[in-house]
Amino acid sequence: MILTMSKPRLAVFKFASCDGCQLQLLEAEDRLLEIAEKVEIDHFLEARSRVVPGPYDVGLVEGSITTGEDAERIREIRRQCRFLVTIGACATAGGIQALRNWGRVDDFVSSVYATPAFIDTLATSTSIADHVPVDFELRGCPIDRGQMIDLITSLVLGRKPRVPGHSVCVECKASGTVCVAVAKGIACLGPVTQAGCGGICPAHERECFGCFGPSESPNLVSLTGFYEQRGTPRDALVRLVRSFNGDAPAFRAESDRLEAKPT
Amino acid sequence: MSVVRRFNVKSLTRVEGEGSLRVRVVDGVVEIAEFSIYEPPRFFERLVRGREVREVPDIVARICGICPVAYQVTACEALEKALGIPVTADIRRLRRLLYCGEWIQSHALHVHLLHAPDFLGAESGFTLAATHPDLVNRGLRLKSVGTRIMEVIGGRAVHPINVTVGGFYRSPAVTDIQGLVPDLEWGLAASLEMIAEVSRFDFPGTPHEYDCVSLRSATGYPLDDGRIVSSRGLDIDVADYERHFAERQVPWSTALHSLTVPDEQPYLVGPLARVNLCHDRLSPLARRAAESCGLELPLRLSAQSIVARAIEIAAAFEEALVIARGAVAEIAVCRVDYEPRAGAGCHATEAPRGLLYHRYEIGDDGLIAHAAIVPPTSQNQAQIEADLRAMLPAALALEDAAATHACERLIRDYDPCISCATHFLTLDVDRKRS
Repeated sequence: MILTMSKPRLAVFKFASCDGCQLQLLEAEDRLLEIAEKVEIDHFLEARSRVVPGPYDVGLVEGSITTGEDAERIREIRRQCRFLVTIGACATAGGIQALRNWGRVDDFVSSVYATPAFIDTLATSTSIADHVPVDFELRGCPIDRGQMIDLITSLVLGRKPRVPGHSVCVECKASGTVCVAVAKGIACLGPVTQAGCGGICPAHERECFGCFGPSESPNLVSLTGFYEQRGTPRDALVRLVRSFNGDAPAFRAESDRLEAKPT
Repeated sequence: MSVVRRFNVKSLTRVEGEGSLRVRVVDGVVEIAEFSIYEPPRFFERLVRGREVREVPDIVARICGICPVAYQVTACEALEKALGIPVTADIRRLRRLLYCGEWIQSHALHVHLLHAPDFLGAESGFTLAATHPDLVNRGLRLKSVGTRIMEVIGGRAVHPINVTVGGFYRSPAVTDIQGLVPDLEWGLAASLEMIAEVSRFDFPGTPHEYDCVSLRSATGYPLDDGRIVSSRGLDIDVADYERHFAERQVPWSTALHSLTVPDEQPYLVGPLARVNLCHDRLSPLARRAAESCGLELPLRLSAQSIVARAIEIAAAFEEALVIARGAVAEIAVCRVDYEPRAGAGCHATEAPRGLLYHRYEIGDDGLIAHAAIVPPTSQNQAQIEADLRAMLPAALALEDAAATHACERLIRDYDPCISCATHFLTLDVDRKRS
């Protein structure tokens, strides 16, 4: 879906999250005031007191759905926004807090709170798309500033956002980073993770741990099979795949498969 | 027969996270002032259980996008104690440089875009940009230098990827560190000017005798290490933290409240507390600027936290500059290797918003068995409520919008990071007359 609008009305909403993706918008220091001239920022609680009621042209949604009240709130936000974009791993895949989806939520609540009865929480942390239709996803934990600016520019210009679907491997090759999986024997998720970060982890001599979620048609079975054969313990592979985007369907299917697989 | 008057404020803005305020007034006496954080809980202490030691810094960073380094460094140091890993002076210096970057970006954001609008009658940094362009542009540039430090050392500003237990994955390029020097020189000069500027703001409120709590070390301004001290004379090792401070759950908030033990009193952490307790430890230029800004120390008004933040921005630039100028060669060992083993360790550092305490237990399998994390906002929550109770009688004489604005301002003074604890104020006042 492409919009053409001279000065779109923008709203930013937060659910369960760390604020880091919203901060990427505020982080666009030199571009921030420029952006503020191109769009009407009508609802951005973290940044301004003025709140203009909807409907809005574009809603940027950070965070995952973890309470009954939030499940209701996202439906109302969907009604208020012509174009709904999820920003980041929490909104797109449930985030790190979706690790609870593999446990008993009572156990999670009682491990932190003395009186669990006061805490309103759902058993799961789920993506926005699990609750309402989403028009576009910006991946990342956190999202990339360049991709965010490109998205807003695209909305103003009425073109398709330029977000690649290929893997982090392509970014490493483009930047001349030596492959950590091949040269250092590290179990790296780069081959199955969507590009966007610039391949920063392999450039720092460590594994990609999947901040941007699964790339287009990822072959996880083949990749984890290769790492396991080379000596990475299976439980370590389960943890690697089950992290910040662990509940993204392709990653979830793989960590569940690895766990169920007979040894 | 009782008369009830109620008004709602739907949102606390310009803070990080979501919260609300419920007030109950009976015959003009404030009975309840509950500052509630309704950020949905994410259970981080439970999320790290069963994970590898090396995964912890990456996971706990996600508690807060504004201060991920605080969580990473605290976790690393606590786990290094648990594992008995000695970390080198070079690694500590780089961690301090990284941490200075986080203080600069977090404080510069709050001072210029979130807090200054309250003093200058603007609703946001965006509208302030039209009336005070120099101030906002300076703020954005200061913030970008902080961000740049985090990128050079941490590999990424929001959720750095280069921090690990034992040190860093890769030694930052010495040319990149040296390349920071011109911006740091500008930042130091700009932040010294900023101290003079914000010191001249009008500060509302009545003075408080805060029980300030912060780290304090033998040398240097509190940041990554030290003993815990307070205005009331407390001076303890971090290992004794849980004997002197306790978290209490209250029904109206998902953030736990911290109180002193055994007297169950609120206390203050953060920039105001640190400046009050450790101004003698400030770097030379920041200290001189603090002493000559025209305000008497200790600072006793929560609104003066903007001055404390400005002082700390200057101190962070001054220290970062010393470290960056001293970086003449790449450090020989950027990471101390270790074998995961059973153990327990705790550590505290000074996050931009105040004292941050972590404790971990590692099981025989080398995986995390238990974690306890006490973020600064939950420690300040009881103090925020105490301040609100003190100011409400006067505020309630105002019309609803003005009363709400006064409450919101007070809460913003604390720069509450509501994600750590929770974003949003609903002021619900129940005025009852019997």
